[in-house]
Amino acid sequence: MPRGRSLVTAIPYGWLLLFFLVPFLFVLQISFSEVEIASPPYRALIERTEDVLNIALNIGNYSYIFSDPLYFDAYLNSLYMALVTTLTCLVVGYPIAYTIARAPEAKRNTLLMLVMLPFWTSFLVRVYAWMGILDNEGLLNKALMALGLIDAPLQLMHTQLSVQIVMVYAYLPFMILPLFSNLVKLDGRLLEAAADLGCKPWKTFLKVTLPLSKNGVIAGSMLVFIPAVGEFVIPELVGTPESLMIGKVLWMEFFDNNNWPMAASVTIVMLALLILPIIYLHKREEKALARAAQR
Amino acid sequence: MNGNNISGFGKLSLGLGFTFLYAPILILIIYSFNASKLVSVWAGFSLHWYGELFRDDAVISSFGLSLKIALFSSAMSVVLGTIAGLVLARFGPFKGKSLFAGMITAPMVMPEVIVGLSMLLLFVQMQQWLGFPAERGVLTIWIGHVTLCMAYVTVVIRSRLVEMDRSVEEAAMDLGARPLKIFFLITLPIIAPAIASGFLLAFTLSLDDLVITAFLSGPGSTTLPQLIFSRVRLGLNPEINALATITVLAVATLVIVANRVMVKAEQRRARLAAAG
Repeated sequence: MPRGRSLVTAIPYGWLLLFFLVPFLFVLQISFSEVEIASPPYRALIERTEDVLNIALNIGNYSYIFSDPLYFDAYLNSLYMALVTTLTCLVVGYPIAYTIARAPEAKRNTLLMLVMLPFWTSFLVRVYAWMGILDNEGLLNKALMALGLIDAPLQLMHTQLSVQIVMVYAYLPFMILPLFSNLVKLDGRLLEAAADLGCKPWKTFLKVTLPLSKNGVIAGSMLVFIPAVGEFVIPELVGTPESLMIGKVLWMEFFDNNNWPMAASVTIVMLALLILPIIYLHKREEKALARAAQR
Repeated sequence: MNGNNISGFGKLSLGLGFTFLYAPILILIIYSFNASKLVSVWAGFSLHWYGELFRDDAVISSFGLSLKIALFSSAMSVVLGTIAGLVLARFGPFKGKSLFAGMITAPMVMPEVIVGLSMLLLFVQMQQWLGFPAERGVLTIWIGHVTLCMAYVTVVIRSRLVEMDRSVEEAAMDLGARPLKIFFLITLPIIAPAIASGFLLAFTLSLDDLVITAFLSGPGSTTLPQLIFSRVRLGLNPEINALATITVLAVATLVIVANRVMVKAEQRRARLAAAG
């Protein structure tokens, strides 16, 4: 690469190395440390006393994570919640993405913007909006009681269900967008051919549309699943203390218990769970871009 | 497929989908005009909570801080993101390119608690070794936001550069123009709409960020999302409804206007291309 180009590349490259990649080395380092009443509240791994260099790797945090069911349950619950969110987003989002992709070109841009608009407005506000609906005294309970469907308010708020609803709500645009950009490229003639040959609509969908939109389904699912595993705000505001999610455990270790080494260990285990999906998603996106560049 | 119309099934799924997406926001807006202190009891129309909101000094000052951070963060991420987009789309293969591209994708999907904690630990170490940054606050929040937002800007710019017709650039190159000149005179004006939407995206992301900010902020640097979060944690609050309504309406207006402008620009370009 010519010198000028190397210099230009070095600016964003250096920024990301320093502020995104290198920090993980510190997380790894501190995850092997012990909590200490000091500022910062952990013991350095390498200490020099007189002429002795002491390197102390403490694996206690990790063995604690694997032995205490609190952590195990939180990881399991997070994976479960993320999976349910992803599948629900797929079922809800697919028909919307499909309809927009098949809509006349003049309407497409407007419809797509209507999907994106909630994404642009504040995440926190969107979560808060649901608090007023799901509350015991909230609108959903009032409506159900007015309709005579229930006699006493249901406990909707601070349940697994409330977390599920709000997570689907918050992550839906991340599913619809990649699905749309995949489905919009689908050749309509294939569907017409299937129909001409006497294929029923739902069969055409299963045999033609769905297999051809595989890339969009995978991209959308990853975009929802990966961040959903570590979600903190939604379980904190509408969730229940009985079934914790791991993002909240990390937050509590750090902010409430002031146990930085434990928070770091929780992070490393979460990274280990998510690193393969992230790499897989990245590889797919790069391939799609390379194909787009060739065209 | 079926020409100009949306099928019955399509109308149904759009109807249900948009109801799901918009009903909570509409309810929030309606209840911001509620006279009652109880959020779920309607007691007549009132602007009372808007009045309370504008007299709330904590809201005003945290909003000012959030705006300042969003402005500086989006400016920096547009610069870094445009360079990164150019590097990825135009510089061909180089050693370490896939790591670079990976560091662009990762911050967008990585749970924010991970990004926030790791950055904080970096700053703590830096402070011990270099004495800089001296404390957590606006500077550390800014660095965190730039890192997150530049990834989004890069993706927007990169895909525009990949789609773009390169014939004008090639013609300029054939005529002997230098790369820097080509970039500023030809490429930059062509990708200007993408830069504008990247800026808007970065601005709203920074304005809205809670989790990364919580890890990187210090005493005395409370942003608006942090203030909203600390109040909402205690339960429903009609003043927050008023605040939320203003945010939603402001962002919606901004995005719709920007979208209109960009669609118009796109149409003009398409017409010019067709005529030429």
